[in-house]
Amino acid sequence: MHSSSYILSLTIWVPILAGVLVLFMRGDAQKATARLIALVGSIMGLLVALLLWIGFDNASATMQFSESIPWITRFNIHYALGVDGISMLFVILNSFTTVIVVIAGWQVITEKVSQYLAAFLIMSGLVNGVFAATDAILFYLFFEAMLIPMFLIIGVWGGPNRVYAAVKFFLYTLLGSLLMLAAFIYLYNVTNGSFSIDDYRHVPLSLTVQTVLFFAFFASFAVKVPMWPVHTWLPDAHVEAPTGGSVVLAAITLKIGAYGFLRFNLPIAPDASFALSGFMITLSLIAIIYIGFVALAQSDMKKLVAYSSISHMGFVTLGFFLFNSLGVASVQGIEGGLVQMVSHGFISAAMFLCIGVLYDRVHSREISSYGGVINTMPKFAFFAVLFAMANVGLPGTSGFVGEFIIILGAMKVNFWIAFGAAITLILGAAYTLWMTKRVIFGDIANDDVKALTDINGREILILAILAVMVLAMGLYPMPFTEVMHESVNALIKHVAVGKLN
Amino acid sequence: MNPAQINVSSFNISLAIPEIFLLTALLAIMVAHLFWTPQRQEARLLFASVATLLATVVLVVLKAMPVPSGSVIETVVITPIQYGFSNMFVVDQMATLLKIALLIAVAVVIIYSRSYLATRKLFSGEFICLILFATLGMMVMVSANHFVTLYLGLELLALSSYALVALNRDSARSTEAAMKYFILGALASGLLLYGISMVYGATGSLDVSKVAAIVSGSRANDPLLTFGLVFIVAGLAFKLGAVPFHMWVPDVYDGAPTAITLFIASAPKIAAFGFVIRILAHALAGATEDWQGMLIILAVLSMAIGNIVAISQTSMKRMLAYSTISHMGFLLLGILAGTNNGYASAMFYIVTYTLTTLAAFGIMLLLSRDGFEADKIDDFKGLNQRSPFHALLMLFVMFSMAGIPVFVGFWAKLSVLEAALNAGLPWLVVFSVLMSVIGAFYYLRVVKVMYFDKPTDTAPLVAPFEMRAVLAVNAFAVLALGLVPGALMTACLNAIQRSF
Repeated sequence: MHSSSYILSLTIWVPILAGVLVLFMRGDAQKATARLIALVGSIMGLLVALLLWIGFDNASATMQFSESIPWITRFNIHYALGVDGISMLFVILNSFTTVIVVIAGWQVITEKVSQYLAAFLIMSGLVNGVFAATDAILFYLFFEAMLIPMFLIIGVWGGPNRVYAAVKFFLYTLLGSLLMLAAFIYLYNVTNGSFSIDDYRHVPLSLTVQTVLFFAFFASFAVKVPMWPVHTWLPDAHVEAPTGGSVVLAAITLKIGAYGFLRFNLPIAPDASFALSGFMITLSLIAIIYIGFVALAQSDMKKLVAYSSISHMGFVTLGFFLFNSLGVASVQGIEGGLVQMVSHGFISAAMFLCIGVLYDRVHSREISSYGGVINTMPKFAFFAVLFAMANVGLPGTSGFVGEFIIILGAMKVNFWIAFGAAITLILGAAYTLWMTKRVIFGDIANDDVKALTDINGREILILAILAVMVLAMGLYPMPFTEVMHESVNALIKHVAVGKLN
Repeated sequence: MNPAQINVSSFNISLAIPEIFLLTALLAIMVAHLFWTPQRQEARLLFASVATLLATVVLVVLKAMPVPSGSVIETVVITPIQYGFSNMFVVDQMATLLKIALLIAVAVVIIYSRSYLATRKLFSGEFICLILFATLGMMVMVSANHFVTLYLGLELLALSSYALVALNRDSARSTEAAMKYFILGALASGLLLYGISMVYGATGSLDVSKVAAIVSGSRANDPLLTFGLVFIVAGLAFKLGAVPFHMWVPDVYDGAPTAITLFIASAPKIAAFGFVIRILAHALAGATEDWQGMLIILAVLSMAIGNIVAISQTSMKRMLAYSTISHMGFLLLGILAGTNNGYASAMFYIVTYTLTTLAAFGIMLLLSRDGFEADKIDDFKGLNQRSPFHALLMLFVMFSMAGIPVFVGFWAKLSVLEAALNAGLPWLVVFSVLMSVIGAFYYLRVVKVMYFDKPTDTAPLVAPFEMRAVLAVNAFAVLALGLVPGALMTACLNAIQRSF
């Protein structure tokens, strides 16, 4: 019904073209033009992405807005796009985040403005491509190409140790994704020359093959999520990246890893997924609990939020691999995971933006450099505390919804898994609120804090938009869950059947 | 039938018209340039040589045309196999495509080299004549259907290359590099010739088609043939620069003037590919199992040593030398698959590798100026601040070499990996994948110094217009072919399928 639509192509190419256009803007004189083009381009991208929401058919589990053009006939590769209830939300989330990032960098970035904005816009288009691709090679292409702008963002505009962080980020993710490429080539041979992800869902595979494929995909996505023990690139990358980079990393690229588990691991290797669910749950629980403790020990705000992200993403992977004893995945686990992903997209973006606001003024990320910020920045403190509460998972905020659904799902599978997951509610509260207490509340700690000026209109705007999203999703999550319902059910049915026969 | 008549008809001299034209034109330039005044010589040499090469491309295309009515596009797609010079010379689709690629590559080399060599007073008639002789040798190599013709082409290329490396005769480093190149190259030629003589002993023929028929028939397991094969593979590995026969590559790349390195690193690789296909895939197709094992060892070693040693290099030229070695390992992956798909993938690999290498050295030449070589990785520091456009071009090239999509290098790697997996070598694929992660590290380092570091050298970049224009087209072709690689892939596949 949407066969002749080009909306998905537009969500990819509008930001990329805007980015290329911005790249032509040179020098100080054209900074303003570059910013304007970037803003218009990102807003247009968001509007196009919203068309997806409007035109989306909630009752269908199939790919919608599909496009398919033969691209490379020699390998039967198609430029094939489509979204279902699982991926659609992320295209919109990504387009939304891009607008936020463009506004957030408005006055802060003064060096190589056009390149900075171009990198984010191109990145945004590529990420939309990752979520929309239904051809494995096309997916891989966007997945890898995305590394290039991110590498430059961290390396050019990042902190003092940026080179180390950028290279580590690149190589870590490259290693994982190349193993995934090997898996794709293997599947291409098994399916007699197809790179269609849908064909991979249906091809029968033995448990051994599924296990090998599972680990090939795991290598790629676990690094992206990131899961313990391959998470060590994330704190480095986050700490060194500029604020915009941290926002995109936390809000978007981490989601790609989790999305990959849903799109590749579960449907292509369903039996292996079931067999290895204990392994995945163990890793997820380690991420939730151990990384939660690690976050507690941080003295750097960005690092703390980075570890908090790992811990929260552990929830997501936990939810995805909750199986009952018959090998049926938990609806609540997967839906809760998806909700958690979207919610974490908003909350982590907001947290990093808040840290960015402080960093722009004091140029320190150390918790000990602050204290009593509420006295000089009351408006900022309002938002910061709100987002801290959302990060904790306070009922009424979006952070609560996902975690609560996942814990419900876990409870049905095993009490102790649910118990382990619930520990994060305590740990998360501990590290987030403790940081808030030390930074925001108390007496004015030093002259830097005394000299702080409260957030300006631009900063209020972006934080307010995010606050509205966090509260809206927390109070009325229905619009988010109803789009994914059919697709999740179809996925669970597919996984339950398995493909050994 | 009258024997003389057979000779005349099977001679089919018109097949070699492009080669004959190139030789004639090159002799004309050789004589004419003596009469050109020094101030005009440079521009005229450039024009004459590039025009000759492009005219040869046109002749190659015309020659490949099956019927007078066919359009040019169709021609490249369907070339009938035509034999000449008593089966010693063949024009088929592979030869046509490789010739077009290498002629264009040489033309680009000359355009890039001009200002570099001119400031060093090396852009002379000798340079042009040697490079055109080498080109002639390469054309003969890819069109040879006889071991003697193959060897003839190879030596014409090799002898010209030795002289080119020593072009800057006052430089001790260049002379040393040329000596090394000559001695090791001669050794390799000797090995190759020795191997060929054993093949002759085993089969009684030097004609590629006849050897192929005999080898795939009864004589496949002849120990003499296998013995000869070892020498042939060693000789070919030498010419390609595959480990453990790679020792000359870094020294020659480093010692030769950058413009000559550019030449050695580009077009001759295309010719070497044609050479390998003629010998291994045509003549010795019956012994595929024997050479496959040897190539696996060469490929594994080349990818490992090339990538790992490249990490520790500080010289851009040496880094690219080791990078070339690793690329040859990937190329061998396609060849050792032993299937048409594999050969086609390897062909795609070599053509796109050449394109990428041309751009890499092109930017190096652009950065260098009188008395300054720009051959250290540190010389690229802060290029993004000096010239964002050229930094972007170099970024394309480096990511393409690393095999990151959307650049063409990704498709090249994908094709050869697919061929190797199809040949039932999954462990080799996983190994190559790991090696390319290591490879990504040193390509990334170049991007890192260009974008993350502050420039230490702020001299403006000066280069003739034609060089800047060709360089931009070249680097954007790396991106464009990455976006639409289909046509070239199909052309390579057709070329291989229609040449067997």
